[in-house]
Amino acid sequence: MHDLMTVVDWSRGLFALTAMYHWLFVPLTLGLGVIVGIMETIYYRTRSEKWLATTKFWMTLFGINFAMGVATGIILEFEFGTNWSNYSWFVGDIFGAPLAIEGLLAFFMEATFIAIMFFGWKKVSAGFHLASTWLTTLGATISALWILVANAWMQYPVGMEFDPAQMRNVMDDFWAVAFSPVAVHKFFHAVFDGWVLASVFVMGVSAYLLMRGRRREMAMESVKVSGWVGLIGMILTLWTGDGSAVDVARVQPMKLAAMEGLYDGGKGAELVGVGILNPSKEVGNDEDPFLFKIGIPKGLSFLANHDFDSFVPGINDLINGVSINEAGDTVSTVSYADRIVMGKKAHEALRRFDTALTSGDTAGMESARAEIKENYRFFGYGYLDSPSEAVPPVGLTFYAFHIMVLAGGYLTLFIIVALWSAYKKTPLWGKRWWQWLAMLSVAIVWICSEAGWVTAEVGRQPWIIQDLMPARAAISAIPAGSVILTFCLFAAVFTALLAAEAVIMVKQINKEEE
Amino acid sequence: MKRILRFYIEGFRSMTVGRKLWAIIIIKLVFIFLIMKLFFFPDILSRDYDTDEERADAVRETLINRSIAPSP
Repeated sequence: MHDLMTVVDWSRGLFALTAMYHWLFVPLTLGLGVIVGIMETIYYRTRSEKWLATTKFWMTLFGINFAMGVATGIILEFEFGTNWSNYSWFVGDIFGAPLAIEGLLAFFMEATFIAIMFFGWKKVSAGFHLASTWLTTLGATISALWILVANAWMQYPVGMEFDPAQMRNVMDDFWAVAFSPVAVHKFFHAVFDGWVLASVFVMGVSAYLLMRGRRREMAMESVKVSGWVGLIGMILTLWTGDGSAVDVARVQPMKLAAMEGLYDGGKGAELVGVGILNPSKEVGNDEDPFLFKIGIPKGLSFLANHDFDSFVPGINDLINGVSINEAGDTVSTVSYADRIVMGKKAHEALRRFDTALTSGDTAGMESARAEIKENYRFFGYGYLDSPSEAVPPVGLTFYAFHIMVLAGGYLTLFIIVALWSAYKKTPLWGKRWWQWLAMLSVAIVWICSEAGWVTAEVGRQPWIIQDLMPARAAISAIPAGSVILTFCLFAAVFTALLAAEAVIMVKQINKEEE
Repeated sequence: MKRILRFYIEGFRSMTVGRKLWAIIIIKLVFIFLIMKLFFFPDILSRDYDTDEERADAVRETLINRSIAPSP
């Protein structure tokens, strides 16, 4: 078991490293595509050389970023087959369909139109070129949709039925998978986050150009375009984030409890604004969860249910079987101890199914299948020793969530001031301290975006598929040493590549105006 | 077809940022597909079993064996 958990931990680390590396590039592609599209649309309408130069400048950075990120996501798919082979088989049909669509769209749509976007100047009409730019952005956005649909299914598995003969979840409702509320909110939240990230990136680079005294007019025009994209993106990110919070409260209440360090829930629950967790606090002891905190009264109840006085369950409540239903009402549900019993019953039935399958006992198979079905919703709990194992790492989830929220709050303020100032006669953009702040904000927006993913993915632990499969069941029986070697190799090579690519990006930004 | 090919060739030739970037992309793709995929990321179930039935049996057996036995 010890060696298995070492493989689990290193495989988790490898997956996190790969996903976070990939996510450095994806949101910038999604958002910068929109900004470049708007700039080219202005050029198309005005035929101004100034806007043509502006479009080409940002389009080149878009291209560098696109090239930097290309194929990095495919390593995640490799990891499914190597590190998470049980998981990969268990969900094959469901996970495979969205990823296959993503692969086709990403390859054909993006590869076709990005070539026209970069090589097509003066070779195709201005209108066709503009259409290609927008279609490249649309292609990237649609391919993100299918990745996020697949991820959302892991958080909220719907639209399938488990077949013990195939040992797979077979999709029986594609639309339930594609349009589950979790998928819809997750998709829009991630895409609009990309708009915000790209907006702050453009403003940070513009600040750098202003500081160096280069391309001043282009920089200020870019700040205005990106400022509007950032403002709209931020409003929509907040709106979809609110939807995601309600989803989490309904379908992953344990994650919400961990995000807030909430052990004992209640009505009118407060939202922690800033806090330091007590490291001695564990499930089952009487320690105070916090060493220090500043809370917003009734904020969590409103966040979770849009009702200041509603009940929000804490970790202890959930373990004891008190939760809220999809309408937001307090309900008595199955305690985690009972879920473990039900999970073990499902496993025992699976064992009987296996024996019946081997001996060709059809009646035995049908009887076992029925019992698996009856207990299947808690199949994964059968792998746990105790209810406390179903609690995610509270510290990492809590801090990641609060870093995201605080950084998001700062960025909202930054974008509003940045946009307002861009239209002033003597803008802040001419001041050195503001230029430094704008550049620093580029780092903050990336931290904010990555922290969002850490919250989403760490907060759902130990589940690789919510309630159905914990990481320890999903992992392949491979040697820990090979996973550690792969982790170190990936970290070394991709850090070097990232540094090399960053140098190219900076050189391009520093290039003199032609 | 010829025109499309020429479009790409001329496009690559006229790139101003490209050389080092392309070198990095090629190194990356070689590293991902020829080193990582071949030597570090085998598809375990495809490698070890020939049919889907065998793969299903293997996953079933693993998931049953990893289950913690019910308490007496």
